[in-house]
Amino acid sequence: MSIASSENTAVLPRPLPATQPSAALGNWLANAGTKLTLAAVGLLLPLALLALWQHAVDKHWLAVQILPPPKLVWESLLDLWQAGDLQSHLAISLSRIGWSCLIGIGGGLVLGLSIGLSRTVKAYVYPTFEVVSQFPVVGWIPLLIIFVGIDEALKISAISLAVIVPVTVHTYKGIANIPRSLLDVARVYRYSFAQVVWRVVLPSALPSLFSGIRQGVMQAWLSLVFVELLASSEGIGYLMVWGRQLLQLDLVIVGMIVIGAVGVVLDLSLRLIESRLQTWRRGAF
Amino acid sequence: MSEQSTFQAPAPAGTIQTLLRKDWRGLVLPLAFVLVWWAVTTLGLVNTKLIVPPADVVTTAYRFITGGTFFDGLGASLWRDGAGFVIGSLAGVAFGALVGVSRWANRIVGPTFHTFKHISLFAWLPLISTWLGQGDVAKILFVALSAFYPVALGTLEGVKGIARAQLEVARVYAFNRWQLLFKLVLPAASPQILAGLHLALIYAWLATIGAEYLLAKSGPGLGDAVIQGKAAFNVPLVVFGMLIIGFVGAFFNQIAARIEARLLRWRDVRR
Repeated sequence: MSIASSENTAVLPRPLPATQPSAALGNWLANAGTKLTLAAVGLLLPLALLALWQHAVDKHWLAVQILPPPKLVWESLLDLWQAGDLQSHLAISLSRIGWSCLIGIGGGLVLGLSIGLSRTVKAYVYPTFEVVSQFPVVGWIPLLIIFVGIDEALKISAISLAVIVPVTVHTYKGIANIPRSLLDVARVYRYSFAQVVWRVVLPSALPSLFSGIRQGVMQAWLSLVFVELLASSEGIGYLMVWGRQLLQLDLVIVGMIVIGAVGVVLDLSLRLIESRLQTWRRGAF
Repeated sequence: MSEQSTFQAPAPAGTIQTLLRKDWRGLVLPLAFVLVWWAVTTLGLVNTKLIVPPADVVTTAYRFITGGTFFDGLGASLWRDGAGFVIGSLAGVAFGALVGVSRWANRIVGPTFHTFKHISLFAWLPLISTWLGQGDVAKILFVALSAFYPVALGTLEGVKGIARAQLEVARVYAFNRWQLLFKLVLPAASPQILAGLHLALIYAWLATIGAEYLLAKSGPGLGDAVIQGKAAFNVPLVVFGMLIIGFVGAFFNQIAARIEARLLRWRDVRR
């Protein structure tokens, strides 16, 4: 803890009040200090990488065209942001994600619920679904290009396919893993089918269902980048293809940064919703 | 080999009764699909340039397979997949074990690792291809990267989950560094490592095909063949290639699931 306390004094903007700080405040400070230290330690590697990058540029280890200096990347990022190009590309990519997730999650829920709830549907559909769902998403894309062209329909259909699979699987598994006893209780109470679905199936399948949605959204992000790299005239992926063709690698790296940042935001917000759902669940039972 | 027995479904009794008792309803959907496909193309209800008759796919497949290029392509793709998978998984296990065991390594590398994993896989491809070209080196490195993340995450999670008590027992036995690694850390983390390897196998195949589409060259490769088929509007070839890619993916998944189940029998938590 000695590191943490020395960090405290260095970081605090105001001197401590003369009165003895309470134990709670001291604890809080110690915690904040530890967190700051950890954050500082976590920054060591990125800073070292950045320094290595700058050093490689200075020493001309690679041609400037293939290894742009960090400063240029930063300036390109700012330029693209100020010109509004970055926002418009990002908006296009995000709207593709939004529509595909809407279609994919909707379709996946319907499919997963019907496979999970009806034994007949499961017998007919599940064997086919199980095999087809193991096909890699990118495998479908050339066929989709032939059928729907390379316009918006391609992106939406390919990304939706990527979302449907995890959502369906998790919805079905969530229902299949409902403890028998819960359903027995529902039978004792003479629940109607709608009541069983609404009061037993959905609440108990919810965690699994939501983790399916989370995986679906992450899969959507993965396939979006692929489709945009393969065939697109706008969007973040296109920005990277364009930069690659002009040998402006700064644009490629800007694209990677933006993709990483959006990935972080998507992941964090989904996690937040998921943990909210979990606490709601605990409260409800 | 005793493996053979578990790898096969319960031996078919061979009687008509077992055949009848088997659930054939799952076949209805694919058969109906092929039937409708065959019907609409034979009756000329659709543009047969776009929706090709099933027979065309079969003859193209036959020509592709007997022409010799098919096995070259399949071999080249599987080689990229395998090489990348092995490199990526080894790196992933090593990274995960190191970062999981050492608190300082975790503090230094962890934040960067967890941030970088959010960069969508394919976003690395333009950079990799600029630096390393469009050849096998770039593709294998990319496949390795795709396998690295799930394995590293799985190993990390597995190592973090090792109970303090287990470590204390190892201390009592005065395990040295290597014994600690091979007798405690890796076996105790094996369920999560195997889950990571399973995911890595799926991702590696996805990455192989994706890299072959995006960095298509005239060289051999399943993805290259399909993308060229698409450019030449050779629909039967695209359909056939897609089916092969899909079934290879499904096959990998099945194999991984079975190996995982078999190696983890000691856990005895299944059902």
